[in-house]
Amino acid sequence: MSVDTATVKRIASLARIAITDDEAQAMAPELNNILGWIEQLGEVDVTGIEPMTAVIPNTLRLREDVVTEPDQRDLVLANAPQAEHGFFAVPKVIE
Amino acid sequence: MTKLTDLTVAGIRDGFRAGDFSAREVAEGFNAAVAGAKALNAFIVDTPDHALAAADAADAARAAGDAAKPLAGVPIGMKDLFCTKGVQTTAASHILEGFVPPYESTVSGKLWEAGAGMLGKLNLDQFAMGSSNETSYFGNVISPWRRNDGGNAAMAPGGSSGGSASAIAARLCPAATGTDTGGSIRQPAAFVGISGIKPTYGRCSRWGVVAFASSLDQAGPMARDVRDCAIMLEAMSGFDAKDSTSLDLEVPHWEAGLSSDLKGKRVGIPKEYRVEGMPAEIEALWQQGIDWLRDAGAEIVEVSLPHTRYALPAYYIIAPAEASSNLARYDGVRYGQRELPEGANLQDMYAATRSAGFGPEVKRRIMIGTYVLSAGYYHAYYTQAQKVRTLIARDFAEAWDHCDLLLTPTAPSAAFALGEKMADPLAMYLNDVFTVPSSLAGLPAMSVPGGLDAGGLPLGLQVIGRPLDEQSVLNAGLALEERAGFTARAEAWW
Repeated sequence: MSVDTATVKRIASLARIAITDDEAQAMAPELNNILGWIEQLGEVDVTGIEPMTAVIPNTLRLREDVVTEPDQRDLVLANAPQAEHGFFAVPKVIE
Repeated sequence: MTKLTDLTVAGIRDGFRAGDFSAREVAEGFNAAVAGAKALNAFIVDTPDHALAAADAADAARAAGDAAKPLAGVPIGMKDLFCTKGVQTTAASHILEGFVPPYESTVSGKLWEAGAGMLGKLNLDQFAMGSSNETSYFGNVISPWRRNDGGNAAMAPGGSSGGSASAIAARLCPAATGTDTGGSIRQPAAFVGISGIKPTYGRCSRWGVVAFASSLDQAGPMARDVRDCAIMLEAMSGFDAKDSTSLDLEVPHWEAGLSSDLKGKRVGIPKEYRVEGMPAEIEALWQQGIDWLRDAGAEIVEVSLPHTRYALPAYYIIAPAEASSNLARYDGVRYGQRELPEGANLQDMYAATRSAGFGPEVKRRIMIGTYVLSAGYYHAYYTQAQKVRTLIARDFAEAWDHCDLLLTPTAPSAAFALGEKMADPLAMYLNDVFTVPSSLAGLPAMSVPGGLDAGGLPLGLQVIGRPLDEQSVLNAGLALEERAGFTARAEAWW
């Protein structure tokens, strides 16, 4: 299968990355080249093989549902590009 | 007396304890070396005050009769992928430029607790994506090494931990942290003639480390010799409740357990690693390594890892898939850069921010990851890759029935010049052909320098071990190190 510029744009949109038409055109052959190469995985017989989920046997720990840290609002907001009234601020979402 | 900046971690630690010099003298020596090596572009941020403060604390403790901290008096470099409280952490990206974490990563925190000081934040491939250090927003790291052909071509230090590699090889720090997702500790270590170990997945906490591919990322040390790697790894490892994949196990005393006597050990030579077109020099070094390990008492056996050739394509599905998910957090809302074009809505802001904030290789991998996870392709690509990963891990598990360790070359070539491979992303990916399989299987693996190629550039040998058997990996590394007698170093030109 071949990735065309329309597909590149759709993927960019899913990835939330703005790209121009020129960038999409430049990226299409690159992605084709890489995806064409990884398609060789299709030749591996994986009948009855489970996909790996954990690389080293380990059980997922769950912690108690309790508060472990005091209020850290100012620290959490310290790196925000824009913070107002103790919140992260973003462009207007609802008209 | 040896210059303080030529000492190893063990040399600094022992000399400091013996009172041969003060920790401040050491820190000042390395601070000056860092300040004088801007041409290498190994550091994104220098933190001389951090190093001096740790040194003064060590000197004060020693004056009070306590010099026992394992890294007291030792300043180190910190890969700029580890969040450091109050010090800018960028992962070499524009999107995180100016980000100052209000917290400390577990690994860096452990190193400070052990007495180490920080000389600065080391440059790397952007978000640890790259094998040459040509994807950093802050410019390429230059290797201190040059080819002996009379040319002055700037060489790649390898990647992604290329700033760490370059800084150690140039004696700007005695040791540094690295992270390894598909070879990012081992390949740069090989390119600059130093040692580095990626421990078993889960040994080192990933908490506070900027995430690339979470099922693969693992921190580890880089240093000039095997003993220093053991010392650093002990300080970096250990259970962390804040990382759900952290292994709840005691940290072994790796330095105390070092022994280059390999009697009773069987070392496997995987026949599938003899890849087509491998330079004769790499073949010859590999054979030399086999002879060295036999000389150390090991029995050499041939083993087969039949799915080796599928490791790289599986990796380049799994790692970008995880990256596309991990890097979704960079959207201009909570931290980092924000691009807000005139009249933009929230979606426009995300897209503009990410377009301006990520470099080309990062975008490429996010796009591949998004593609392989998208509806219609998820099973054909991602699930298939995860099944192949199971087969690759099984290959290793079956090999352990026949041997205790594996010996391979670290990289398919010596370092290349900056720019030589940039035009072809796929050719760059092939650099990780020997390091990726053990990453997919979560195994401990280390690179030690083995010799020089005809161009006068270092070549590395890789030792891979069973899960949790870092000791055997370090011991085999030590056996190679003792026999290789690698003392070559880059002439200072910077």
